[in-house]
Amino acid sequence: MHRTPLLVLLALCAAAATASTEQSDNDPEMAERLVACASCHGEAGRSNSETYFPSIAGKPAGYLYAQLEHYRSGRRRHQIMEGLLANLSDEYLREIADYYARQEPKWTPPSLPEADARLERGRALVEDGDPALGVPSCRSCHGDRLTGIAPTIPGLVGLRAEYLSAQLGAWRTGARRAASPDCMAEIAQRLSPADLGAATAYIASLPLPEDHSPAEGPPTSLPLDCGVVQ
Amino acid sequence: MSRPLRILAAAAALVAAFALWLAWPDLLEPAEIETTPLDLSPERIAEGEYLARAGNCVGCHTAPGGALFAGGRSIRTPFGDVYSTNLTPDPETGIGNWTTADFWRALHHGRSKDGRRLYPAFPYPSYTYVTREDADAIFAYLMSLPPVASPRVEPALRFPYDSRFALQVWRALYFRPAAFEPDAEKDETWNRGAYLVEGLGHCKACHSPRGRLGGIDPDAAYSGGKLPGGGWEAPPLNPSGTMTDAEAAELARLLSTGISKHTAVSGPMAEVVFTSLQHLSEDDIDAIVAYVRTLPAAPSAPSSRRPFSPERYRDVLAAGATIYRERCADCHGRNGEGSPYVYPPLAGNRLVTAPEPTNLIRNVMLGGFPPSTQGNPRPHGMPPFAHQLGAADAAAVLTYIRTSWGNAAPPVTAADVERR
Repeated sequence: MHRTPLLVLLALCAAAATASTEQSDNDPEMAERLVACASCHGEAGRSNSETYFPSIAGKPAGYLYAQLEHYRSGRRRHQIMEGLLANLSDEYLREIADYYARQEPKWTPPSLPEADARLERGRALVEDGDPALGVPSCRSCHGDRLTGIAPTIPGLVGLRAEYLSAQLGAWRTGARRAASPDCMAEIAQRLSPADLGAATAYIASLPLPEDHSPAEGPPTSLPLDCGVVQ
Repeated sequence: MSRPLRILAAAAALVAAFALWLAWPDLLEPAEIETTPLDLSPERIAEGEYLARAGNCVGCHTAPGGALFAGGRSIRTPFGDVYSTNLTPDPETGIGNWTTADFWRALHHGRSKDGRRLYPAFPYPSYTYVTREDADAIFAYLMSLPPVASPRVEPALRFPYDSRFALQVWRALYFRPAAFEPDAEKDETWNRGAYLVEGLGHCKACHSPRGRLGGIDPDAAYSGGKLPGGGWEAPPLNPSGTMTDAEAAELARLLSTGISKHTAVSGPMAEVVFTSLQHLSEDDIDAIVAYVRTLPAAPSAPSSRRPFSPERYRDVLAAGATIYRERCADCHGRNGEGSPYVYPPLAGNRLVTAPEPTNLIRNVMLGGFPPSTQGNPRPHGMPPFAHQLGAADAAAVLTYIRTSWGNAAPPVTAADVERR
């Protein structure tokens, strides 16, 4: 019974969140504080699709916060990111994550040659996974629309193949790690470099879906045990 | 006495004198140190926590992403790497079976519970000035922490610095246990500042030049130093030897909030403000400033850099001015005036005009945020330009800002930028 007000509140928050994604860069004061981020990740976190740096606009806030925190503590490595974040408070990192989560992504997939065998293999992995290798489909964890699941599972669509494959490669070698049990590491290790390249090329060829907000979460069941949703 | 005998006696005397000199810091240590009772009252623990912050113990004794005070952070020195130790009360790997006397011995005499002499990366030449009372409070605070098992990591020092003999020589050269002596001529505030700066704050450890063996010449203390590992310079604390009241007030603001009207902290000092100084009381910050402003002027180092001639640099300055207008002026102003407490001015900024441009190059290439502090919780960040400016362009814009609006610092070359 006393749950009803909470549900109403949640619905209101969700409505507010949806409303705010409709207009981007709705916080010029925050944008000014974060020009340091914009120089690589683009204005409002929409990185220029010609660069390696990932677009961060519209990613789930929990995911963004976890990455900021990992860079700050040196758990995720990047000289510039670590230096920038080293002395920022939890509160400010949360505010930064929330700011970028509110921004509207923008993405034009690179034009690719007609579907080839590699892209076909990528499509199969992303849509269906590979049961023989014990690899679930990307969609089964990253959301039906591949836009992630709130609050901690990132979207994949809207990222360049170079960035995606570098991240999976880092997971494969242990250079990037998520909270334990690290299901992404398991999957990256089960796949060959060629498969990782195929899957990321396919993801990068996808346009942003009409509804590009992260799916509502947290997810109730995932094919693997994942520390990031616990 | 026959001649050979005399030579022998002289040699023996020399050897004895050397042995005595070598053992001198150890001989100043009493055979028995009194163990005071451990007071774990909340007040005592809070007092110890405050003092531990003033000493920035956490800065070294917590590894990135590691448990609080569990040690294991690598500390780079010119002689190799050492690793901080576990200060949690874990009896096996921490200091859980230490007494107040053991802790005092480490701080005041630079010697561990098991008798090992400690490497001076642990700044006991400064901590030796901490009072017994304060040491006991810090120990009480550490004993209140959750114990964490985190074994000691052996130092990775190069020969011959890895020998305990080398350490003994170092101590004989540079270390004497000492007590802080207040100066009766100065007021209480100044004396409190002296105690904090010379003791717990261990400011000297970074802000002084070090000789080949890593020792500090007392006459050159606080005239600025180069941090090991490359990359950052600790500036002189009182470069001109004079500080107006307004400048002193801005320095206090810089230390407690990370930003002042004139500049912002960056690099290792941003960490010091974040983990240590922002937590100090206003009185203690004022005391630190009261002491710092009486430090002697830094001797002006003869610059190895070529004098600046605007004609030779005409093209460089024109290129630099264009880059400045396009990429810097929006925040730092057309004339380098900045915006107080938000975007540091570049005109008259000592970070910009420092003889060695190291910190300036790092700020521009790697960017940075001043620390989040109570007084500046959501700082504005400086973008990194490493991906946008080549070395020649970076050198041009840096040369431009170092020689404009009244700034008169030596130019920066592309090689300087690449070396950073």
